[in-house]
Amino acid sequence: MSGPSTYEPKTGFTKWLDARLPIVRLGWDSFVDFPTPRNLNYWYTFGGILSVCLMIQIITGIVLAMHYVPHIDHAFASVQRIDRDVNFGWLIRSIHAVGASMFFLAVYMHIFRGLYYGSYKAPRELLWILGVVIYLLMMAAAFLGYVLPWGQMSYWGAMVITNLLGAFPIIGGPITEWLWGGFSVGNATLNRFFSLHYLIPFLIAGVVALHIWALHVPGNNNPTGIEVKSNRDTLPFHPYYTSKDGFAIALFMVIFAFFVFYWPDALGHSDNFIPADPLVTPALIVPEWYLLPFYAILRAVPDKLGGVLLMFGSIGILFVLPWLDTSKVRSMRYRPLARWFFGFFVIACLGLGWAGAELPDTPVPGLGALGVDFLLLGRVLTVYYFAYFIVILPLLGFVEKPSERPASIEASVLGGSSKSAPAAAPAE
Amino acid sequence: MRLIRTLFIAAAGALAAVGFASAAGEYRKPEPFTFSFDGPFGTFDRGAMQRGFYVYQQVCAACHSLEHLAIRHLGQRGGPFHDPAYPNPNDNPVVRAIAAEYIVEDGPDEFGEMFERPGRPSDRFPSPYANEQQGRAANNGAYPPDLSIITRARHYGAPYLRSLMLGYGEEAPDYIDLRPGLYYNPYFPGGLIAMPPQFEDGLLEYADGTEATAEQMAYDLTVFLHWASDPHMEQRKQLGLMVMLYLLILCGLLYATYRQIWRKVEH
Repeated sequence: MSGPSTYEPKTGFTKWLDARLPIVRLGWDSFVDFPTPRNLNYWYTFGGILSVCLMIQIITGIVLAMHYVPHIDHAFASVQRIDRDVNFGWLIRSIHAVGASMFFLAVYMHIFRGLYYGSYKAPRELLWILGVVIYLLMMAAAFLGYVLPWGQMSYWGAMVITNLLGAFPIIGGPITEWLWGGFSVGNATLNRFFSLHYLIPFLIAGVVALHIWALHVPGNNNPTGIEVKSNRDTLPFHPYYTSKDGFAIALFMVIFAFFVFYWPDALGHSDNFIPADPLVTPALIVPEWYLLPFYAILRAVPDKLGGVLLMFGSIGILFVLPWLDTSKVRSMRYRPLARWFFGFFVIACLGLGWAGAELPDTPVPGLGALGVDFLLLGRVLTVYYFAYFIVILPLLGFVEKPSERPASIEASVLGGSSKSAPAAAPAE
Repeated sequence: MRLIRTLFIAAAGALAAVGFASAAGEYRKPEPFTFSFDGPFGTFDRGAMQRGFYVYQQVCAACHSLEHLAIRHLGQRGGPFHDPAYPNPNDNPVVRAIAAEYIVEDGPDEFGEMFERPGRPSDRFPSPYANEQQGRAANNGAYPPDLSIITRARHYGAPYLRSLMLGYGEEAPDYIDLRPGLYYNPYFPGGLIAMPPQFEDGLLEYADGTEATAEQMAYDLTVFLHWASDPHMEQRKQLGLMVMLYLLILCGLLYATYRQIWRKVEH
């Protein structure tokens, strides 16, 4: 979709630069003139929101690293020092901690939007796969970062997650020891986790660049799922989407600021304000909210190795999703059956999160009389999670009768009434 | 409006996440209690903080450390003994007097010897024990937790602490095996706590004339320890108000910009 460049250098310097390093041209073509479907709704603003989230995490993280001490005897106290004595340290740490949750909140909206509008389908398979890679890196960064304050949940979370790798036969033991840098989670572990936690955001930034590159070749998908056919279907990215994204980012910041200033501990766990103690196991070890669904999938299987494989499989399956969905129609707006299954899928993900937060043998409120505990709930929803990808999406492509789609993006915007309606002229 | 719906869903997701974070545990929920620091405009009750510090010194400090706090913190902005005349809390005479009451080990001096001296505001609160082992040995094997961040380190926070301090005296249910050296307290996870009941009416005499009932002491102590856990809370909420107002105005301006730019475009 990126056609011939419309950038024209005007000054002597920009002409000189353009002949040597056309970086201004790249910026112009990518973020000013870039033709973007005119019908993108607010679900499409989460991409911009996510890049802001990444920048916030990197900037606050660099400042925190100036004050944090990655040593098991000092880490907890250094975090307390940041909260109490560093100028505005309480604010920076709060933004970084809440920011991790906001980042995941936005990425889940972004992923569900992609699932609903079929953004993973040809020709955007690589775009989608790069997105899944970013998501995996985000989970790694979040897990490593959660270990750094060296509270109880930090320590025991690190213990549970690293021990998972021990489930693999033969290689499991050596890999776990290699990861720990010893025979248990200890100072060597904390040091390398800090190093990797600092590295990963820059890897994410690199993959984000690829993600945007892969986006700018076929161009944006849109709520109709119909490809752009003429320039009447599109608007230049600036000022149309810079203004729309800007407004959405500011609104997102209101939610962000609400948590930072008024409810900073809500998304964390109180046990992480207790220093790590290898001799005292917390009553309930739980990951942060954004990883709970995977924790529920892990626990759904009685066998440890099976659980680990299924948990990794739950993300791994996203890599092949573009080839599992057999429907010719991209957007679920025109897929009367798929949209129901998608709705249940979202509910299943939320339900898995709930199941992951509770003890497995706790009865589910309202269903306890039927003998349904959180283990059973987690199992049922795990089955649905995988069935959605392996059974439902492949079969629906054959059995579903899509509803009527508009002829073009332009036609859908004008109510699909008439193709001869005068094209709305972009205000330039 | 579609955006509002989108954001509602985002907010619902965040709130659901908060719900997930609540953990299971077999203990009684704390008695609901309204503190002056609750809510978006909440501030600390100054008198309660000062009395609470006195309770800490007289009662808790015998067994519990306050290791992440320096004595000077008492005089910083938002602290119990803050005095605007002394922007540097190290100069605050009240804080200096409190510090001087402590004996602190310092050194080594030029002869390589450790020595003792009166405390200074820059010193940390001295721990009652030389190390954790000593603390356990003195308390039947149970280590009294540090109180610096106690309300943030407990699920129900400040109301939990208040209820716990007042929660003694009930008959233990049959299924609880009340071993010697342990006390029944329904608010404590598991119901058995090694800390004996601390407060009884008239245990202390407050300098400001407030009657030191058990209820009053538990309240004062909770306010002080909540400040200790979250010393920048007042500053945080004040700044939050400015940030929220700024962001809401920015949102309004950006929305107007967006409408203006898109007004001639069907979409």
